[in-house]
Amino acid sequence: MITGSGAAAVAPATAAKGATAGRASVAMCQQDDTVVAVLAGVWELEDAAPRFEQLIAARSTAGATSSQRVRAVGFDTTELGEWDSSLLIFLLQGFDYCEAHGMEFDTAGLPDSLTRLLALARAVPERAVDDAEPKISTLAKLGEGVLSVGKQALAAVTFTGEVTQGFGRLLLRRGRMRWRDFWVVVQRNSSGALPIVTLIALLLGVIIAFLGVVVLRRFGAGYYVSYLVGYGMLREMGALMTGIIIAGRTGAAFAAELGSMKITEEIDAYSTLGVSPIDHLVLPRVLGLFLMMPLLTIYANAVGIAGGMIVAVTLLDLTPTQFMGGMLSVVTFSDGLLGVFKGAIFGVIIGLAGCMKGLQTGSDAGAVGRSATSAVVMGITLIIVANAVIDWLAVLMQI
Amino acid sequence: MTGALLATRGADVAPAVEVRDLTMMYEARVIMEDLSFSVERGEVFVIMGGSGSGKSTLLKHLIGLKPPARGEILFDGEDFFAADAGTRKQVLRRMGVLYQNGALWSGLTLAENVALPLEEFTRLDAAAIEEVVALKLALVGLRGFETFYPDAISGGMRKRAALARAIALDPEVLFFDEPSSGLDPVSASRLDDLILELSASFGTTIVVVTHDLASIFRIADRALFLDIEKKTMTALGSPDELRDDPPSDAVHRFLTRSSEGET
Repeated sequence: MITGSGAAAVAPATAAKGATAGRASVAMCQQDDTVVAVLAGVWELEDAAPRFEQLIAARSTAGATSSQRVRAVGFDTTELGEWDSSLLIFLLQGFDYCEAHGMEFDTAGLPDSLTRLLALARAVPERAVDDAEPKISTLAKLGEGVLSVGKQALAAVTFTGEVTQGFGRLLLRRGRMRWRDFWVVVQRNSSGALPIVTLIALLLGVIIAFLGVVVLRRFGAGYYVSYLVGYGMLREMGALMTGIIIAGRTGAAFAAELGSMKITEEIDAYSTLGVSPIDHLVLPRVLGLFLMMPLLTIYANAVGIAGGMIVAVTLLDLTPTQFMGGMLSVVTFSDGLLGVFKGAIFGVIIGLAGCMKGLQTGSDAGAVGRSATSAVVMGITLIIVANAVIDWLAVLMQI
Repeated sequence: MTGALLATRGADVAPAVEVRDLTMMYEARVIMEDLSFSVERGEVFVIMGGSGSGKSTLLKHLIGLKPPARGEILFDGEDFFAADAGTRKQVLRRMGVLYQNGALWSGLTLAENVALPLEEFTRLDAAAIEEVVALKLALVGLRGFETFYPDAISGGMRKRAALARAIALDPEVLFFDEPSSGLDPVSASRLDDLILELSASFGTTIVVVTHDLASIFRIADRALFLDIEKKTMTALGSPDELRDDPPSDAVHRFLTRSSEGET
C-alpha cells in the first residue's frame, strides 16, 4: 500500500479494507494497459498528500509486464473516506500527468461530486488573462521619475490656479462655500491645536534662550538674550514651528479626509452634481487655515517669548521687566508682522498641499495613507522653501 | 448527490449552526428578538428581510463579530461566545465568509489573498499552498489571475476571488452577505450557480443573507424571514411554500410584490 507520505509499496486490493478511517492513501495497480488508482482513507489538507507522479512511477504491475505502456488511468473509490481539496489537487495532478503523457484520464470510477469539481477546476476562464505589464528598464524608470516630477509640479500649479479661481468666485459671490466646514477647520485649529502648539513653542523659546545664554555670556553680552529670543521667535521660529505642527496635524487630516471621500466616490458625486469640489471642500479648508495660522503664530510667539524669559530670569539674574524692556527696545512691530504674514502664507500652503494630495488619492486601501504622508512631506518642504524666499525678500526690502 | 464530506458528517446530530432565543441590540435599541432556528448540515439557508431588518446584523452575530445581547449561538453544539479563545479559533477556521463587497485585501494579490488563511491555519509548505491557491482560483474561474491585485479586476471577478478566499480552508459552513449586490444579472446568476455547485460537491452548509428574490427562489432550501415591524422572525420554510402559503402579510408582500416578472 502506498501511504500518504508518498512512499511506494505494493498492496493487494483487500489490504485497503477498513482503511477509511486512516490517512489518505493510494494504491496504484496496473492491469494490462490501464492503471487503477485505489483511493482510500481520509484526505485532509493538513496531511502531506500523496503525489501522483511519484505514485504512478512506482505502480505495482500485477497482471502486466512493467514494460507495457500505460494507456489509461482509472480510479476506485470504494474505500474512500472523507475528503477535501487535497484529493482534488491529487486528481488534478493526475489529469495534468495524463495530458502530458498522452494517457486517457478515466473519471468513471469517481463519484459525481468529484467529477463536477474537476470539470469546474478545468474549465476555461471566461475572460483570458491579459498579458502582464511589459518590463521597464532602469533608465526608463529614471526617465519616468523625472517626468513625473514635472507632472506633479504642473498639477500643483493647476490646482493652485483652480483654487484661486474658486476664491475669485467666492469674492464675486458667484461661488458658494460650505461655511460649516470652514468653522470646523477654525475650531479644530484653535482649541484643538493649542496644547501641542503651547508645548512646542514654549520649549522652542527655552531652547533659543539657552543658546543665547551659552553663546552670549562668553562675550559678557548675556543681557542681549532677549534680542535673540524676540527676533528668533517673531521673525522665524514661531511661524515655522507652528507651520510644521499644523502640516503634520491638519494637512495630513485634510489629505486623509478628502482621500477617503475620493475612494467612496463622494468627490465624483459632487462633480456630477455640477458642484465644484474645490468650492465645497477645498476653499473652506484653505481659508480656515489662512485665518487660523496667523492667530496660532501670534500665540506661539507669545508663549515662546515667555519660555525664553523664564530661562533668562532664572539663569541671568534679569527681571522680567528688564527682559521685555530690552527686547522691545530693538524688536519692532514689523518683525512681528513678518511672522504673522509668514503664518498666513504657510496656512495656505498646508491647506493646498493637504487638499491636493487628498484629491489625487488612488483607489486601494494604502492610498489614503500615502496621500496623508505625501501631504505632510510636501507641506513641510514647501513651508521651508517659502520661509527662505520670504526671508530673502525681507532682507532686500530691509524689513 | 452530496459530497463525501456530508455523507460521513451526516452521522453527527448537532446542526451546523443553532441560534437560541437570540436578541440583537444596537446600543440600547432592540433590533430583533426571540430568534430561534437551526441550520442543518448541507442545506442552503437564506436569511431574508427588507432593508434595515437586521439581516446583516444577524450575519455578524453568526460569524462571531458581534456578541448577542441575549441568547446563544452554537456551532456544532458549541456555544461560540462562551467558548475560550482556542475553541473560537477552531470554530472560525471551519467557517468561511464572503463579504458584501468581497473585502479582498487590496494590498495583496489574489493568490496572496487566498494563501493568507492557509498560511495562518495550516502547516502546509509554500509549494503546497501554491497548489491549493491555484485550485481554489481555478474553481471560481480565475485561473491565471494569481498575480493580479483586486483593483485590477472587475466587480464580479472580485467577488469570485473573495469566494476562493472563503473556501481556502474547505470550510464546513459558508456565509454570504448579499452575494448578488453590485453584480449584473448574469454575473449574479453565475455566482448562484457556483454557490450551488460548491455546496453540492463539497457538501458545504451555506448561509446566505439576501433580499434578491430571484436568488432566493433559485438557491434556498429554506428561508428565514425577519419582520422589521414585529422585530422578530415570522416565517421559516422553503421559499416556494412560503410564497404559496404565506404565514403573514409581510412575507406575502416581500415574496410577491417585487417578484412580479422576475420568477
